[in-house]
Amino acid sequence: MSTVHEPRAFPFGEPDGLRLPPLFATLREEEPMVRVRMPYGGDAWLVLRYDDVKTVLADPRFSRAATVDADVPRMMPVLSQDTSILSMDPPHHTRLRKLVAKAFTARRTEILRPRTEQIATDLLDAVEAQGPPVDLVQSFALPLPITVICELLGVPQADRADFRRWSDGVLATTSLTAQEMEAAMNSLLTYMAGLVAERRRAPTGDVLGTLVRARDEDDRLTEDELVDFGVTLLIAGHETTANQIGNFVAALFRSPPHLAALRADPGLVPAAVEEMLRLVPLGSGGGFVRIALEDVELKAGLVRRGEAVMADILNANRDGRVFADPEVLDFHRENNPHLMFGHGVHHCVGAQLARMELQVAITALLRRFPSLELDVPADEVEFSTGKLVRGPVALPVRW
Amino acid sequence: MTWRIEVDRTSCVGSGMCTAIAPERFVLVGDRAQAVEAAVEPDDAVLDAAESCPMEAIVVRGENAEVLAPEV
Ligand code: HEM
Ligand code: SF4
Repeated sequence: MSTVHEPRAFPFGEPDGLRLPPLFATLREEEPMVRVRMPYGGDAWLVLRYDDVKTVLADPRFSRAATVDADVPRMMPVLSQDTSILSMDPPHHTRLRKLVAKAFTARRTEILRPRTEQIATDLLDAVEAQGPPVDLVQSFALPLPITVICELLGVPQADRADFRRWSDGVLATTSLTAQEMEAAMNSLLTYMAGLVAERRRAPTGDVLGTLVRARDEDDRLTEDELVDFGVTLLIAGHETTANQIGNFVAALFRSPPHLAALRADPGLVPAAVEEMLRLVPLGSGGGFVRIALEDVELKAGLVRRGEAVMADILNANRDGRVFADPEVLDFHRENNPHLMFGHGVHHCVGAQLARMELQVAITALLRRFPSLELDVPADEVEFSTGKLVRGPVALPVRW
Repeated sequence: MTWRIEVDRTSCVGSGMCTAIAPERFVLVGDRAQAVEAAVEPDDAVLDAAESCPMEAIVVRGENAEVLAPEV
């Protein structure tokens, strides 16, 4: 497809709370494959419609491995590394993915539900004891997924302040320099290498212990892959879910009828979580860039070999060809094949865990505080900027 | 030797893992996976798909109906 425009500067502004730039709705209809100028590395295609987004995410002709160490169009200054599962294609990707797949199946995740409920209860006890106003981000949205992933991986909670700071560093887009981001990543890698070394002295049954055994006993991954995997799981395992808990609560406060519906019928929570996953935005960019290994004809047009493509999940989830009344938050939607967890080999390994945590978080919060409300006007809730993921900086509440 | 592939379409969530790992063996129909053919020649990609499915919706059986994947 040839474009009539100069490439548009991407992203289209800093995230505006939970709103998407209105330009998207127009582009989805009129220019579903947009030429964009990325903050680093040049121009890319931004693909906006559901079918094409699925193709770009899952078709092996679109490669993540081809972005490794290359100055490709991207959101962040740093280059992708070949040790990360997110930058691998099969068969290397499959080799790594299989090592943890077992720990994150729906069945294994269900086993963690009672413990997650207990964590939520303990956190809400502390909130209640403290008394209003309380910031739900610091006291609930963050510590819940952090506790869950720390216990699963085997990362000491006591180190939370350190890895939180570094984690903020590696997810920065515009808020830090490349050097600062690299320093944060190196700190995380060194920290994780220390936890790996501890497991060699004293083996453990947690996910990190499983990965150490897979390396030492069967040589199924390299030392760098092992350490990187630990870091990826730790960061992806809490930043996403923590921000989505905050975003979901903020979204519910903005829509009293939806909040009332959930309070009246807690059985609606799983469907509500799916619908909020579909519609409440998390990422602030177009997603990880992929490189076409050959010419590919998408529905929206031709991607030439070597070109960079971003599959925009947030827009795919609003495609009226798949979702009736796509902009409407509908907890009774019958068919909801949203792509919030991606599609294909990189489909989020933590999807079942995130779903369970979000269900537990919303259920526990609404049950504990039937009169929960924001302590500031809804439009004064401040959201983070300059980061790959968005979420409220604070959510002051009373009850 | 033939293996048999069973896909439980009610537990499949349409992640597209199996169809991306073994495109000749699995296909998404109406957002749910199914085997292209239930009986296949031994193929490691089929085991990889079953091991990677987040819902454990894919079962691969050998000659004597023994489960080859997934490990539980
Ligand atoms: C609401 C919460 C979450 C959302 C929206 C989310 C979203 C995603 C998406 C869209 C991808 C695919 C990226 C791509 O293909 O370019 C992904 C991959 C991944 N996610 Fe999540 N995620 C969430 C929670 C989690 C959790 C709790 C974990 C913890 C284990 C996790 C770990 C990962 C990992 C390791 C990958 C890479 C998988 C691979 O490359 O095979 N995520 N996630
Ligand atoms: S991997 Fe499992 S959940 Fe995903 S599409 Fe295949 S059968 Fe369905």
